[in-house]
Amino acid sequence: MNLTLKIWRQAGPRHRGELKTYKVSDISPDMSFLEMLDVLNEQLNAAGEEPVAFDSDCREGICGMCGLMISGHAHGPEKTTTCQLHMRSFSDGDVITVEPWRADAFPVIKDLVVDRGSFDRIIQAGGYVSVNTGAAPDAHATPVPKANADRAFVAAECIGCGACVAACPNASAMLFMGAKVTHLSELPQGQPERMARVVSMVEQHDEEGFGGCTNVGACSQACPKGIPQDVISTLNKDLRSALRA
Amino acid sequence: MTTTNDTVNAGIAHGLYTEGEGLADTKAPEGPIAGKWTQRQFDAALVNPANRRKLDVIIVGTGLAGGSAAATLGEAGYNVKVFCFQDTPRRAHSIAAQGGINAAKNYKEDGDSVHRLFYDTVKGGDYRSRETNVYRLAEVSANIIDQCVAQGVPFAREYGGLLDNRSFGGVQVSRTFYARGQTGQQLLIGAYQALERQVAAGTVQQFTRHEMLELVVSDGRARGIVARDLVTGDIETHTADAVVLASGGYGNVFFLSTNAMGSNVTASWRAHRKGAYMANPCYTQIHPTCIPVSGEHQSKLTLMSESLRNDGRIWVPKDRDDCDKDPRQIPEEDRDYYLERIYPSFGNLVPRDIASRQAKNVCDEGRGVGPLVGDFRRGVYLDFTDAISRMGRAAVEAKYGNLFDMYERITGENPYEMPMRIYPAVHYVMGGLWVDYDLQSTIPGLFVTGEANFSDHGANRLGASALMQGLADGYFVLPNTIRDYLAKGPFEPLQPDDPAVADAQRSVEERTERLLAINGERSVDSFHRELGNIMWEYCGMERSEEGLLKAIDLIRGLREEFWRNVRVLGAADTLNQSLEKAGRVADFLELGELMCIDALHRRESCGGHFRAESQTEDGEALRHDDEFLYVAAWEFGGDEGEPGEVGQPVLHKEDLVYEAIELKQRSYK
Ligand SMILES: Cc1cc2nc3c(=O)[nH]c(=O)nc-3n(C[C@H](O)[C@H](O)[C@H](O)COP(=O)(O)OP(=O)(O)OC[C@H]3O[C@@H](n4cnc5c(N)ncnc54)[C@H](O)[C@@H]3O)c2cc1C
Ligand code: SF4
Ligand code: FES
Repeated sequence: MNLTLKIWRQAGPRHRGELKTYKVSDISPDMSFLEMLDVLNEQLNAAGEEPVAFDSDCREGICGMCGLMISGHAHGPEKTTTCQLHMRSFSDGDVITVEPWRADAFPVIKDLVVDRGSFDRIIQAGGYVSVNTGAAPDAHATPVPKANADRAFVAAECIGCGACVAACPNASAMLFMGAKVTHLSELPQGQPERMARVVSMVEQHDEEGFGGCTNVGACSQACPKGIPQDVISTLNKDLRSALRA
Repeated sequence: MTTTNDTVNAGIAHGLYTEGEGLADTKAPEGPIAGKWTQRQFDAALVNPANRRKLDVIIVGTGLAGGSAAATLGEAGYNVKVFCFQDTPRRAHSIAAQGGINAAKNYKEDGDSVHRLFYDTVKGGDYRSRETNVYRLAEVSANIIDQCVAQGVPFAREYGGLLDNRSFGGVQVSRTFYARGQTGQQLLIGAYQALERQVAAGTVQQFTRHEMLELVVSDGRARGIVARDLVTGDIETHTADAVVLASGGYGNVFFLSTNAMGSNVTASWRAHRKGAYMANPCYTQIHPTCIPVSGEHQSKLTLMSESLRNDGRIWVPKDRDDCDKDPRQIPEEDRDYYLERIYPSFGNLVPRDIASRQAKNVCDEGRGVGPLVGDFRRGVYLDFTDAISRMGRAAVEAKYGNLFDMYERITGENPYEMPMRIYPAVHYVMGGLWVDYDLQSTIPGLFVTGEANFSDHGANRLGASALMQGLADGYFVLPNTIRDYLAKGPFEPLQPDDPAVADAQRSVEERTERLLAINGERSVDSFHRELGNIMWEYCGMERSEEGLLKAIDLIRGLREEFWRNVRVLGAADTLNQSLEKAGRVADFLELGELMCIDALHRRESCGGHFRAESQTEDGEALRHDDEFLYVAAWEFGGDEGEPGEVGQPVLHKEDLVYEAIELKQRSYK
């Protein structure tokens, strides 16, 4: 198929960006979206124009490195990561707009690449269990009810891609943060620091410039891992308890 | 059967390498194998807690091996700097591991033990790994699970709340712990969180989007690295008292592999060029159940869990004229279930290396299925029709549903209705930098952990044991051995004008400028693809003297062209992904040649290394313990003028000694 691409080009963090139009032809439906961009980049390189910068690594939907706004949808029209989106989701003649995640807390580095360091700093604020290597009891010392283990797992599936932020009209990172809080709150190992954790992560979240949550739900819709919105309820509940204490 | 001597000499006669003195591990203590690790931990010098913050350690890599080491050394109070090329430590390639992690917990009371895990790993490695290291791996494996559970890793559990296990990769006990199909992700997030805790505590500084491009060696010791800040393009030198490489495997030398796009050899190769020996570089694991190449634009391959072989049946048409037919129209009598035919007792469950090679053989005969890629169809059917009629569709869905969905997303075909197509793909490398029992390379002060070293898997790795090794190295082994070295420090600080620093920094700058200045006709990817094709054709599932000699010639030609004709656009002082790739491909072009030389010199078949000249009468792998019971550790041959011109490598042999285990030939007939 033949496609028209309108791609955000921005030379650096302090440069102005603009959408530039490119054409690609003979795109096979079996190609992934990023392979289609690889083809474009080979074409640009041959023509002497600098290739489009975009992030990806695993290309299997698990590392969270990729992430593009594709015609207004975070990760494109399917519920998956950008790297797992295939060209069979598009049709011959389509015009596709490709932009980076947009959020104050995710500044653009170049073209489609953004800085998501704010997510690391939220985790640094408390998204862990304080246990040094070698200090662990036997793994069977504390059984964990399967229901809790399963919910912890669902929350822990977050890949830190940032689509939830990009999709949110408030650019809030509550789904990402709620996923981590829920993962650890469901497990006995997470209990001792439960209250301190949520307060400190939320403070960091606000300091990074992420917006507040107004229950729009776009985050969960866009999330390639299907992180459910109720992780935000768990976060809010923990936060209320912590602030009351 | 041809004897091996003439070819060992042939390699030398072709002027491809020379042989130097043997080498040996001197760190494993004397005494019975079960007591060695306790003894070594006791013998290794201690560093007083007050001195630790005066000692700087650089760790390159934040996968399971690097992330766990950085967190643990930070907790111990050392001053740690950790580097990765992704935008956050949590995205290291370890994240993609699916199946699970082994540990000798014996929670199932099914006869597992440290000794059995040790035995299975040595045998699985086709008796080409170092006994002492493997024993220790099995010994510390149980601690890993305890540590991860304490961190909040959500392993699969049973209804009683205790941990579940499964059996994996053809072993007879259930010792694999797992978190659905995302075990690597969950383990890595555990290590990442421990690491971020240390970043918050100020013991670890993390440098993301930074790529190590050179090792600083001063007075014969590893003293730092030169790294490029991938965002600003700044070339920075970081000095330290010791350097740890946890930079992963180099399977991407084949261009197409199941590795992440960025996985590369540069950190290891730069260290190799500075004196670290590279061990068994040709040992590559090719995984049989991957989704086949769909076209010329393919950028990577996706693994499908090996568990599919438990219920799926593998076949190709008997007649090559049937290869483009709808498989559902091909009657039973016209199908060749070749694994069941050749290996009646193991059938579809033969080990990874055998399943892979037979798939290649039937496709080479022209009986492959799926689209034509080049002149061949490269795929075989993995058919669940029998399983669905035996177990019912619901049961198949419960067991394999997520894999079937993934297959459908990638290929657009529904595997409940149409047999899956699979083909082998490069997955893992057993080869890597040579290390002793302390995980120290041949450069004092340079330690290597995880997939980047060679130590534990011999010529073939068992499923679920790479995750085990990465975390064993990082949480438990390295922190206890590196102190023996660090106790000699802190070393004299290196000044920026020290020749060792200035030279390393300058060489990186010159290389960068050079790559940007060539401005030739071909893209970096086109060179990488061509190298990958050469490696896959001649140094892949089956290797022969003739093919390897040809490959070496082709690689040399390609390398020469690369430095003359590559086109890297953009500038040095900004994010420049073509420049990053160019540096990696330049190193792959040197590594590829060494892999071929190693494969050429090892005129025996062992594990993932199958030499056409060394097989039994019925086509099975034949080892030659009399001549090849050693680790081949290669010393860099030196630069010869122009970039990409390298001298003859020097082979150093480490003899393998088996005291706790008896040597046997594998047989699956
Ligand atoms: C699809 C797939 C599935 C797998 N499944 C399993 C499984 O079920 N069980 C199992 O045991 N094993 C499995 N493996 C193998 C296993 O995942 C890897 O061997 C292991 O995770 C490697 O870990 P590592 O820490 O050594 O390296 P990696 O996780 O590869 O990490 C390398 C790190 O080094 C950094 N780095 C590299 N070079 C540089 C440089 N020059 N400068 C700065 N940083 C650098 C990277 O940024 C990264 O942080 C699987 C592998 C694949 C490909
Ligand atoms: S919650 Fe979902 S969308 Fe947000 S970072 Fe995690 S995986 Fe991505
Ligand atoms: S590249 Fe890893 S999730 Fe897309």
